[in-house]
Amino acid sequence: MSVLHCADLSPATLHTLLSAKLAQAPAFFLQAPIVLNLSDATETPDFNRLKNLFAELKLVLVGVTAANPEQKASAHAAGLAVLQAGKAALKTKEPNTSPPVAEVSDNKAVASAAASSSVAATMDSKVIEQTVRSGQQIYAKGTDLIVKGAVGAGAEVIADGNIHIYGSLRGKAIAGASGDTSKRIYCYNLQAELVSIAGNYWLSDSLQGKFWGKSACIKMQDDSLVISELV
Amino acid sequence: MAKIIVVTSGKGGVGKTTSSAAIGTGLALAGHKTVIVDFDIGLRNLDLIMGCERRVVYDFVNVINGEANLKQTLIKDKRTDNLFILPASQTRDKDALTREGVEKVLNELAKDFDFIICDSPAGIESGAMMALYFADEAVVVTNPEVSSVRDSDRILGMLSSKSRRAEQGLEGIKEHLLLTRYNPERVEKGEMLSVEDVKEILAIELIGVIPESQAVLNASNSGQPVILDKDSDAGQAYLDTIKRLLGEQVPFRFLTVEKKGFIKRIFGG
Repeated sequence: MSVLHCADLSPATLHTLLSAKLAQAPAFFLQAPIVLNLSDATETPDFNRLKNLFAELKLVLVGVTAANPEQKASAHAAGLAVLQAGKAALKTKEPNTSPPVAEVSDNKAVASAAASSSVAATMDSKVIEQTVRSGQQIYAKGTDLIVKGAVGAGAEVIADGNIHIYGSLRGKAIAGASGDTSKRIYCYNLQAELVSIAGNYWLSDSLQGKFWGKSACIKMQDDSLVISELV
Repeated sequence: MAKIIVVTSGKGGVGKTTSSAAIGTGLALAGHKTVIVDFDIGLRNLDLIMGCERRVVYDFVNVINGEANLKQTLIKDKRTDNLFILPASQTRDKDALTREGVEKVLNELAKDFDFIICDSPAGIESGAMMALYFADEAVVVTNPEVSSVRDSDRILGMLSSKSRRAEQGLEGIKEHLLLTRYNPERVEKGEMLSVEDVKEILAIELIGVIPESQAVLNASNSGQPVILDKDSDAGQAYLDTIKRLLGEQVPFRFLTVEKKGFIKRIFGG
């Protein structure tokens, strides 16, 4: 479930920050259940008003976490669930000196982005055992994608994390789909229609060259895609 | 228990109906009671290839709608024992098939037959989906050219996600690759994909390679499945395919260019 961290809970600020975030990917958080992390908030907000605000933005406020007793009571009164703060959420807690930040993210993504790497290492990757056929689309949300077979021409594999393909890549591979430029694409045989990392893409034409038909690793370096040998 | 085999390809004109007729006839010749069902509602072709177009009284849609029973509708092949044809309707369209209706007919056929061959229409719409939904095995007919290979790849994706076996979490459909219209000369010149190329892209087991042959067109026009033309290369290649379908190990033939002998070179041929 998505957790929202925010220090300034005044409806006006929240509306501005959330609208900006949602504008980046309007469909992605559509009617998504949201848990509000109150660890950075000192005062007790008007939860009924917040619920309406979330509904207006096509989000569903379902509960709060890391709340103090006063906030808990108020949340209960507004019909919200009070949840235990997850380990990852606690680790991301930062001192109040930073300016108010709104961060909407998947629980797991929080772990990989902000928490220590030991948490990220335990995340389950999405594993596809067979060949991804033409017309099929696979999306690994918030994690890595591993394909044991090939990715056929006209197929698309997308991951918020890294992509590993142990067969030929003939279709499209899109890594770091939520904007993480540190993600990479690894494939055993590069014949892709398109490769993309965090929105920076190369078409097949740009891939023709010494790595075509060979094993390759694609990454971002200095705002540009770079291909290197795998072994 | 009857085995349901769908003959499919995605792309049109690659030889689905020709292969359905040949495979059905071949299985019947091998002593198995076989029925070939034409799923191409509205574009009825199988009866022409099988040479029984003048004997069609009722059709598949009539059976589904309860206007005729199977016994009245099935056409017995005159040349081959154990072989029956369930023709498609020429006057209706693909929407006339319902999943419940098709299931009912297939269940009824399964009581009497060893093999049910479903001749799929081209495309990936409801007609093709209906033909592959109940299949146990699939013969994916592919020509050695890029668009056919890509469409086959698409259909293979459908087989592993849109079939009854996939939806119910059963063991997946057994997929076989049947390469048709193979021309070794053109492969050698680099004008056509080779067997190895296609196998590499589709990554499924090869069950047969049918050479491009004049015999296929002749057979279609005369309404006689090409597998009965035992002197032709295509007929022999289909016979080999049937043996492999039934579990025999048979070496592949007609993959390389035949060297013309001295006499042939002088007198032509």
